[in-house]
Amino acid sequence: MSQNLVIVHTGCANISSLQFAVERLGYKVLVTDDPAKITAADKVFLPGVGAAAAAMQQIAEKGLTDCLKALTQPVLGICLGMQLLTHHSQEGDAECLGLVDTQVKLMQSDTLTLPHMGWNQIQVAQDSPLFHNIDSGSWFYFVHGYCVPVGPHTLASTEYSQPFSASIRNNNVFGVQFHPERSGDAGAQLIKNFIEQI
Amino acid sequence: MLAKRIIPCLDVRDGLVVKGVQFRNHEIIGDIVPLAEKYAEAGADELVFYDITASSDQRVVDKSWVTRIAKVIDIPFCVAGGIKTLEDAQTILEMGADKISINSPALANPELITQLNQRFGKQCIVVGIDSYFNADSNTYEVYQFTGDEKRTQNTGKQTADWVKEVQQRGAGEIVLNCMNQDGVRKGYDLAQLQNIRAICSVPLIASGGAGEMVHFKDVFEQANVDGALAASVFHKGIIAIPGLKQYLIEQQIEIRPCA
Repeated sequence: MSQNLVIVHTGCANISSLQFAVERLGYKVLVTDDPAKITAADKVFLPGVGAAAAAMQQIAEKGLTDCLKALTQPVLGICLGMQLLTHHSQEGDAECLGLVDTQVKLMQSDTLTLPHMGWNQIQVAQDSPLFHNIDSGSWFYFVHGYCVPVGPHTLASTEYSQPFSASIRNNNVFGVQFHPERSGDAGAQLIKNFIEQI
Repeated sequence: MLAKRIIPCLDVRDGLVVKGVQFRNHEIIGDIVPLAEKYAEAGADELVFYDITASSDQRVVDKSWVTRIAKVIDIPFCVAGGIKTLEDAQTILEMGADKISINSPALANPELITQLNQRFGKQCIVVGIDSYFNADSNTYEVYQFTGDEKRTQNTGKQTADWVKEVQQRGAGEIVLNCMNQDGVRKGYDLAQLQNIRAICSVPLIASGGAGEMVHFKDVFEQANVDGALAASVFHKGIIAIPGLKQYLIEQQIEIRPCA
């Protein structure tokens, strides 16, 4: 099965690690910031590390805002990429893409260190092909200081001081707060699911 | 629950993994990529690569090994050494590193921490601190250029002051390397780590002194650090990661089990 997979080159993302993770599964993937190529893709990865406001600015400077908002094929936002799918991020008071009806909030804890950094377990909240063969209790790698609260869009949750969305979905748009490309076998399974099950 | 992290540290010099005792007399351990792969498969939670010559040599270092590592391993890794500008950091992150760690360049230009935070976000900015206990003054002092003993120098900063400043400037994680303990395998510097833990609200990683499995238990239980970094015990096969993790799980410490 040959698919046209694209990673959006947001300019401030850990793009290579995602590209290599897809390639380890035996798939080719194109890294691009060309709106035509993104629109024509079968599936789109939106990766990200960094600050929300800076990322949205880079997306705007590259002329990608409308392109990303109009995608109808499956999209997987990763970490900051997931947060950009929402309406708004508290981080830098950034207006985001608005593809999932929720917002990004600063994580807060009186007792635990922040950012939330390291391996934590997920609880699958809704059946989804994205979590095919991935059980509740599986460990994923997280690195983030802001989060999406649990809500109707939550596919999986994780507990850190309080529960938050480890994964969200709205129709064709999926997001994961953790880094599947850096989460060992479970992460590889999730990327495989996005490519093969959705 | 967030797991405590076990972090093998690979000191890199001229593209090879090396290990010194108290930062001196480096011996070659092996090639980077097979070692990285071996540790990832063994259950390491993260890897740190310190290019120990970069800051002290003032040269542009060949970082192509970052991409070679990123291609084969599926756990996070951090790169330290010679990152002096936003462009340096961007290059390393684009090559596939998950985090970048700065040490001497942060001391030379503390504003760099702030700039990196604003550009890339707090979560991938690690500040490494080499701290030495001065028995004469009974204080912990920050050292720089520790990769090269001829240039290693006392910065005159107190460790606790610098820990507070780097947090204010936007560091997302602190690796505290207790130099007196480095490479001697007598245990982590629990007293110092407890003191720093009390003033550190970002993840704190203990470095320097691991020699036995009980040292990991002690540093997690007594200093409540988020991760424990070690080198020689892993490189020399004194402690195997699967056995260490099993032991820590039996000690009721939150650990991601080996697959």
